[in-house]
Amino acid sequence: MADLVSHPDEIKVVSKRFGQGAADIDRYLALDGYKAAQKALPMTPDAIINEVKTSGLRGRGGAGFPTGMKWSFVPKDSPKQKYILCNGDESEPGTCKDRLILEHDPHSVIEGVMIAGLAVNAESGYIYIRGEYRYLSIIMQKAIKDAYARGFLGKNIFGSGKKFDVYWHGGAGAYEVGEESALMESLEGKRGIPRIKPPFPAVVGLWGSPTVINNVETLASAPHIILDGAQKFADYGTPKNGGVRLFCLSGHVNKPGVYELPLGYSLKKMIYEVGGGIPGGKKIKAVVPGGSSTPVLTADEIDIAMDFDGVAKAGSMLGSGGVVVIDESTCMVRFAQYIMKFYQHESCGWCIPCREGTDWLKKTLDRFHAGGGVKKDINNIQYLAENMMGRTFCPLGDAAAMPTISIVTKFRKEFEDHLEGRPCPYDPVGSVRLLPVLSH
Amino acid sequence: MTFSPEFEQRFTEMLTHYPSKRSVLVPTLLYAQDEVGYLSDEAITEIAQRLQLTELDVRNVISYYSMLTTKPRGKYNVQVCTNIACILRGADDLWEHCQKKFGLRHKQTTPDGQFSIEEVECIGACSWAPAMQVNYDFHENLTKDKFDTILDGYKKKA
Repeated sequence: MADLVSHPDEIKVVSKRFGQGAADIDRYLALDGYKAAQKALPMTPDAIINEVKTSGLRGRGGAGFPTGMKWSFVPKDSPKQKYILCNGDESEPGTCKDRLILEHDPHSVIEGVMIAGLAVNAESGYIYIRGEYRYLSIIMQKAIKDAYARGFLGKNIFGSGKKFDVYWHGGAGAYEVGEESALMESLEGKRGIPRIKPPFPAVVGLWGSPTVINNVETLASAPHIILDGAQKFADYGTPKNGGVRLFCLSGHVNKPGVYELPLGYSLKKMIYEVGGGIPGGKKIKAVVPGGSSTPVLTADEIDIAMDFDGVAKAGSMLGSGGVVVIDESTCMVRFAQYIMKFYQHESCGWCIPCREGTDWLKKTLDRFHAGGGVKKDINNIQYLAENMMGRTFCPLGDAAAMPTISIVTKFRKEFEDHLEGRPCPYDPVGSVRLLPVLSH
Repeated sequence: MTFSPEFEQRFTEMLTHYPSKRSVLVPTLLYAQDEVGYLSDEAITEIAQRLQLTELDVRNVISYYSMLTTKPRGKYNVQVCTNIACILRGADDLWEHCQKKFGLRHKQTTPDGQFSIEEVECIGACSWAPAMQVNYDFHENLTKDKFDTILDGYKKKA
């Protein structure tokens, strides 16, 4: 469906089977499929976890937590059933990579779930796919069925006497469900409202049992680590930031697409060389480095290494790998408005700072952009956003606040240009259209 | 109330996947909606009974998920993404064009019941923006002309 792209700087690990028909099980097997799971079968759980730790693999969903460590948190002596949960509720704006993995290489996700299962002595895993990705759910259902038919899943996997089941599950539209505990609520058939932590999912997760929850890309990396060696994977990246990852380039670039690049790759190079630069030769105004929830970087801040630590040093986050490029002709107030429209829509309403904060911020930004702003609104936007930070059950409050704070502080002048009844200098007609109360 | 044999087969199989019956609720609601067109009172009653839940429980879940609806909508639901990556590549003009073309606003349906339009949040097509989904089908790298051609295709089918 979605077009594939490539660039000579890419190191294709997770994406190496893209476009090769690997959704078909025979094709997958011909391309070294299910060899990693068979290699992991005789390994001890500790040995698997140590391999993943050595690889330096960190969560590809957004938070970047070390995967091996996450797996090691599952209590070994727990008499309860344990679960692996694959988070395919990809909905962070700017992110469209899990979709490609699920479409082109669904068996690698199943294999990753199996390896995680072997690492923590779990006997079942669930692959949660967002409701909008119906075609991927169909692809996954077939992949699971084929794996059962070959005896790779079920009561006696690869004739080892071990049992492992994998099931698919579908969502029905909710960004919030991408949060780990909300995803568990959703899988249990409830509203996707986050749970209070601790206890963390590794101890109390699905149906009260220890659960490992990882992003699709994280789990799809595991087979490559086991099969090709942890050190090889680690060496692709930078220290403590092992491997490669799928970067989703979007916005104002000539060649948008999903590229698999080593961690630590230069952001500037990613935009100008891999992404082919900015259409019309325009200048960059800002870049969202890791999905809409990460603080934006200005044009002066993009000479950085794209790994978890490099982006953190620049005051932002590597997040989910969604790199959104914004050119000089874009109004940052409007950009902030669209980000807030999203979070206001997606806030589950459970915590007051998030529910009220996103709503007030959206209303303020709508009014502001259309020229109805007053000077104290600027500080107020920052104040409201700052007061959401860290005061909610889940990170959605932070996700809405962080980009807003970065925009209002780094682009304050643009907010000032909207003051005194002046509608957006970039789009005076359109901005009024966006204000429902005044225009309709 | 009866569903299709495929629905029943999937429902029965899914019940074996989880330690709790309730876990099948969200995907089941979406599949039921696909068959009926929306979550009718009858469908809600049926699903609640099957899963030994109260109707209130079921409605409580429905109201949370943006894809689930208790109101009938068009046979083809045109969902235009207006999130950041799409907006930067002209999604607001596209959404305006869509509204004008149908003479509808957000979540309204044509009188013949064939088309509904909806402004939706990120659908995971950021690198192929601007994008839309018509029911479950993705259409990407859109322009107004491409949008018209695609919609004309659906009109012929309608």
